Amino acid sequence: MIDKQKTLEEVVSTLKDGMTIGIGGWGSRRKPMAFVRAIVRSGVKDLTVVSYGGPEVGILYRTGQLKKAIYGFVSLDSIPLEPHFRMARQKKEIEFLELDEGMFQLGLRAAAWNLPFLPTRAGLGSAVLEHQPEIKTVRSPYQDGEELVAMPALRLDAAFVHVNRADKAGNGQVLGPDPYFDDLFCMAADRAFVSAEEIVPTEDLLKDAPLQSILIDRMMVEAVVEAKGGAHFTECPPNYGRDEAFQKQYAATAKDPAAWDAFRARYLDVSEEEYQKAVSRND
Amino acid sequence: MTEAKLSDICVVAMADLFRDNGEIMVSPMAPTPAVGARIAKKLYAPELVLTDGFNKILADATPYGVANPDQVIEGWIPFRKVFDVLWWGKRHVVMGATQIDRYGNQNISCIGDFEQPKVQLLGVRGAPGNTIYHTTSYWVPRHSKNVFVEAVDVVSGIGYDRAAKLHPRSRERHEIRQVISNLGVFDFQTPDNRMRIRSIHPGVSLDQVRDETGFELVVPENLATTRLPTDEEIALIAELDPKGIAAKEVAS
Repeated sequence: MIDKQKTLEEVVSTLKDGMTIGIGGWGSRRKPMAFVRAIVRSGVKDLTVVSYGGPEVGILYRTGQLKKAIYGFVSLDSIPLEPHFRMARQKKEIEFLELDEGMFQLGLRAAAWNLPFLPTRAGLGSAVLEHQPEIKTVRSPYQDGEELVAMPALRLDAAFVHVNRADKAGNGQVLGPDPYFDDLFCMAADRAFVSAEEIVPTEDLLKDAPLQSILIDRMMVEAVVEAKGGAHFTECPPNYGRDEAFQKQYAATAKDPAAWDAFRARYLDVSEEEYQKAVSRND
Repeated sequence: MTEAKLSDICVVAMADLFRDNGEIMVSPMAPTPAVGARIAKKLYAPELVLTDGFNKILADATPYGVANPDQVIEGWIPFRKVFDVLWWGKRHVVMGATQIDRYGNQNISCIGDFEQPKVQLLGVRGAPGNTIYHTTSYWVPRHSKNVFVEAVDVVSGIGYDRAAKLHPRSRERHEIRQVISNLGVFDFQTPDNRMRIRSIHPGVSLDQVRDETGFELVVPENLATTRLPTDEEIALIAELDPKGIAAKEVAS
């Protein structure tokens, strides 16, 4: 049996400064936060982060590792405006590419399908094109001659996703109600890494779940890591909901540099094991 | 008859917006449109396809803002399928607007300069795609000159003047149907698609609407008043919004 299990540290140690990385999930939902924390510990810098943005954008900005953010939005869901991301934009301390959410998906698909771009109407007439000349248009070669947005491939050096269950070969299973675009992130990337709440024997994947829940196939995946609580503080149903109190605390640190320093010292400049101990709730 | 609150008037204006839409998905992005969609589905348009705001299609119009473990689910609509339906065109979204102009250009991205905003908001989210692929309306709970502006800072959802410059095929599904605020109902049914007053809510004056709007609105000769909710609708609002979440959006 193929065994692709690695540790968080082993995976992120292969990242290099200046890489473009994709982060799966959506907003503050099923984000591969254990990987994000490992990326913080690794100190790798000048990263371009491609995501339906959640706390990873704010965290990697505050740790000084974020060079550019490519996103359709950045939100914490229950806290709609991510305060650290707002700071980054308002202080003009990061580069950015702001996309329509659907364009973003097409960029991942184009990369997954090895195409230079995919055409769409989404974006026409909007600020996305007006202010960002790197997004170009293409004319339909057919009779209509319509000018369409040519959404460029969002090619990733590496992708990180978090799922509920995986086997040690890297097959990943999503037991929550939305797969988001995690399989596309994996296929858009040169190298894809999966963390899972639990690694189980392959034959147990379908014991209590439907066939359609196996979203990630091992051929998409270079390595798999067991990371219980690996999406915390974002939600990871049915394993756990969002830790709203913790998220509030994270958001509040944007107002106060000392609070951020304390947050960082307590929750980021520590091992994953220490993090999980620090956030474990008595329930 | 029971006295209608302003918030009830807004909810019912939203319900009217969702009548005769056909068998399509409606995506109300705030409490007032969400309750309005439920009223419409219950009383006038059972064919509407309504989600829980996440990934389930609800068979019935069930109360807003409370957990309903027993509600019947009739479909699954994760985000990737939302985009399929969106680009297919069978959808009517009601978004918010931090800024909106006379042609229906909308901004939810940021205030100020796009390169270095004074206030970063959400980003454009789905607004560029929504507006070009299917019917869009807007809900503004606090109508003011800061929202109804001469020109928006960043065009997220595109309005009629911008759509007019596109290829006919590109704009064939573009429609900004209505803007509903705490002062009135507005549409773009004018020769050049400039924003027009469709009706003013009871108790609101034309001067008040003009004072709170940063551009000149088209005023029809016979200015209509937004209809009052029926007793049946008022009772249903209480049932479908048991926590009164929609009422809290609108100061009375």
